[in-house]
Amino acid sequence: MLNKIYDWVDERLDITPIWRDIADHEVPEHVNPAHHFSAFIYCFGGLTFFITVIQILSGMFLTMYYTPDIENAWRSVYYLQNEVAFGEIVRGMHHWGASLVIVMMFLHTLRVFFTGSYKKPRELNWMVGVMIFVVMLGLGFTGYLLPWDMKALFATKVGIEIAASVPFIGEWIKILLAGDSTILGAQTLTRFFAIHVFFLPAALLGLLAAHFIMIRRQGISGPL
Amino acid sequence: MHRGKGMKFVGDSRIRSYEKNRIPKDYSEYPGKTEAFWPNFLLKEWIIGAVFLVGYLILTAAHPSPLERQADPTDTGYIPLPDWYFLQMYQLLKYEFASGPWNIVGAIIMPGLAIGALLLVPFMDTSKERRPFKRPLPTAFMLLTLFAMIYLTWESVANHDWEAAKAQGEIVEEAEFDTSDPGYEIYMGQSCVTCHGENFEGTPAGVPLTGTGHTPEEIADIAVNGVVKDGQQTMPADAFSGSEEELQQLAEFLSTVTQQ
Repeated sequence: MLNKIYDWVDERLDITPIWRDIADHEVPEHVNPAHHFSAFIYCFGGLTFFITVIQILSGMFLTMYYTPDIENAWRSVYYLQNEVAFGEIVRGMHHWGASLVIVMMFLHTLRVFFTGSYKKPRELNWMVGVMIFVVMLGLGFTGYLLPWDMKALFATKVGIEIAASVPFIGEWIKILLAGDSTILGAQTLTRFFAIHVFFLPAALLGLLAAHFIMIRRQGISGPL
Repeated sequence: MHRGKGMKFVGDSRIRSYEKNRIPKDYSEYPGKTEAFWPNFLLKEWIIGAVFLVGYLILTAAHPSPLERQADPTDTGYIPLPDWYFLQMYQLLKYEFASGPWNIVGAIIMPGLAIGALLLVPFMDTSKERRPFKRPLPTAFMLLTLFAMIYLTWESVANHDWEAAKAQGEIVEEAEFDTSDPGYEIYMGQSCVTCHGENFEGTPAGVPLTGTGHTPEEIADIAVNGVVKDGQQTMPADAFSGSEEELQQLAEFLSTVTQQ
């Protein structure tokens, strides 16, 4: 049955080459932990992606309850945490995932650095990776404000002050992020919400696509 | 750059036809045992993912994610702390060479240099050598950076008063109380209210009264003698001034709050 559906689609769209590009390749021995245990360091990138997928899924569920306005943001998180069935687990996964993704991404960066995998011809992929790193930090920073509790508000205040100290364009960045040159309030929360949920994930997905297309095209770097 | 005319494409596609095959060499040409990605290798990755997920879920179940009290912009005494991976930057900004007039060094220049250097690593380290010990400079720089990051984070964690941080953010339940009680009037009329707040929620000068569990006798004693903690007078003596009967009423009333 499945084969028939596949053949039906393949006859019209010729999807076999796509499949071949994505999945039909050999994995070399030096990155396979089944052959060399030390090759587990090659798992960090995959695990980073795994947590990213969990972050996207848990985040989608969180937005079913979260309300991005200063009256209700904290209340909705409190409700989610204490009243909603498994709300504590969903929020917990998003909260801890945010830290774990930074840890795994950092380990992945170190692996690529110390195996010299960023060298020709993989310079572009390394640069896209650094951009993913920056986007992830941005997601962490914007997500920290959303529960609208004390630490969220005051940490964001400090963060925005740091952004405002950028020479020449600091004030603009501040107004762009906070929505106002002095107040950190309702506007800031909706902006951070939009950045956290729409802008940065869109950038992240684009960069991840570039990252993966490049790794498929160039293959993983050879053994040291 | 070779573009347009004279360029050979594969079939009718836009894929350029190279004289030499540019596709990375097949891994079967590498020494050793290769394995098909689909499905063999992916199933093994699946196992690693499952083990990781178990640890992740145990962490989530064992440590519920924190939530402090609702943001209150007027509480200027709150000492902020960013998420742990920004602690290094937070710590850096405390040093003399990176704060005050030099704030731009700690806030912009140093992080900018770090990210910029990381971004441009492939163009600075252009040798063919890949082993870390055969390219000592990049390895040394990265180790130095790692050491600095760990040190700064460590310093930040060690210098933070975690108990005070926990206390300042705690969610305070609102007390239920009877405003028609004579004890309530005494509370509002005495100096108690200025430090412990109109709703017994506490202020920077006085602890919240809810949930302390004190009995009426203990409350009466505290109101007269104050509180001595670790040899220090944390609440002054003789805070209460009034008759013995009023003291009794106040203590009876406050015990309905402290027992909550």
